[in-house]
Amino acid sequence: MQWLDAIIQGVLLGGMYAQYALGMALMFGVMRIVNIAHGDVMILLSLIVISLAGVLPLGNIGLIVVIVPIAVLLGWVLQKFILNKVVGADPLPSLIATFGLSIALQNLMLEVWSADTRSLPNSGIASASFEIGGIYMGLLPVLVLICAVVLTGGLDAVLRYSRFGRGLRAAAADTEAAAMTGVDPKRIYAIATAIAVAILGLAAVFAALRATVSPSDGSAQLIYAFEAVIIGGMGSLWGAFLGAMVLGVAQAIGLRIDPGLGILFGHLVFLAVLATRPEGIMARKK
Amino acid sequence: MSTPILSTHALTGGYGDFQALFGIDLHLDKGEVISLIGANGAGKSTFLKSIFGLLPVNADMVRFEGSPVGGTPAHQMVGKGISMVPEGRRLFTGMTVEENMRVAIDNARLPEAEGPWSRERLFQLFPILKEKRRQPIENLSGGQQQMVAISRALLCQPKVLLCDEISLGLAPKVIREIHAVLPEISAAGTSIVLVEQDVTLAREASDRLYCMLEGRITLSGISQDISREAIASAYFGA
Repeated sequence: MQWLDAIIQGVLLGGMYAQYALGMALMFGVMRIVNIAHGDVMILLSLIVISLAGVLPLGNIGLIVVIVPIAVLLGWVLQKFILNKVVGADPLPSLIATFGLSIALQNLMLEVWSADTRSLPNSGIASASFEIGGIYMGLLPVLVLICAVVLTGGLDAVLRYSRFGRGLRAAAADTEAAAMTGVDPKRIYAIATAIAVAILGLAAVFAALRATVSPSDGSAQLIYAFEAVIIGGMGSLWGAFLGAMVLGVAQAIGLRIDPGLGILFGHLVFLAVLATRPEGIMARKK
Repeated sequence: MSTPILSTHALTGGYGDFQALFGIDLHLDKGEVISLIGANGAGKSTFLKSIFGLLPVNADMVRFEGSPVGGTPAHQMVGKGISMVPEGRRLFTGMTVEENMRVAIDNARLPEAEGPWSRERLFQLFPILKEKRRQPIENLSGGQQQMVAISRALLCQPKVLLCDEISLGLAPKVIREIHAVLPEISAAGTSIVLVEQDVTLAREASDRLYCMLEGRITLSGISQDISREAIASAYFGA
């Protein structure tokens, strides 16, 4: 029973990681842009949400409605003014540019919000729970998991069946050939980054509800997102979702064994996957 | 004489500081097929890329239907009515045959129903593609992939089709199969620029012929009237 509980809590934690990982799966897995500032952007959005909650009498839903458009704008600006200048076959320029951005964002956040940890005021949802067959589940983590499933399914369908999705996959496969076929790669990439950051906006609200955030927390989220994408397999959104679940479950089981082992267990499972199946669990055939 | 559909005027270009093209004048009339021949490194592919907005050139170096279009980004060229079968096919890996075609349909100059080219018509031209339409592109042979690359370019509904070495690396039988569709493309009203290394193929398939050597046009004329000796000296330099 104790272990079943650990697995269920791990899956619920995985739902949160899946939200971090989904934008990463789109940018790193599909577009091959390495965005080191991924976690910091999420933390920035969380801090904006927390500040907004202090001045505007919005509910949690209201905050999501406000932050997602801000996130879309932020993503578009990020792609338009930084990433579009460094995209190409070589991943190194985007890595260096976003590494710099990451440091700049962290210091900007320290300047504006100081190093204090903050969170959204508890509105009841964060502590609400229900019981099924002797196992207690938090309402918020279940909501987070449901959102992650819906987002992954929706985005996967968009990539597979929409005009935008085909254009994005084409541009990711061969940017120049896509341009020769009438696709405007910069426009497509700007939309894709806007979507990726919009998802981070949603994740930011959940993260601020469920725990505290401080300006230096971004790098941990970045690592989880990277690990989930690589465990699952580059280019597969459901793979990233599965990778997030694997990471969440590994951490929850590690925590049960020893409270200090949780994070380490996640990293060990990641290394084990790299050693045995480096292309990832759900990698597409090349 | 009417305005050519596509023409270049003292076109110069290259990669960064390296100049590869030294004043190319060339024109393509509506409905015509021209061949551009030349050895490796003569600048043929560079020339096509320069026309197509993939390399920087001045606006008035390239004219399309009389208006200057040089340097327009490639994706906007497609909207104007130029498309290209790139060297080495450059298909979208990880996507099926039909998905590759649909990328072109999504961004074409005209909707599939209004333009001369539809998936149905291309499946008649290349029946094997109909059979393999749901297969990932990686599962196809080189010749079949070339058929997809041609289909993809045609589904952009071009007025001018640029073909870069479409016979490169293919078996002679497959080359004949692919060249057999060129008259049909012409008949649909599309003008064609054929870049080839194979002189015999280039002569047979075209109305007029240009020969390039080291970034310059060394010979041009009616394909059937040019002697093999003239081509040989223009091709290799005499």
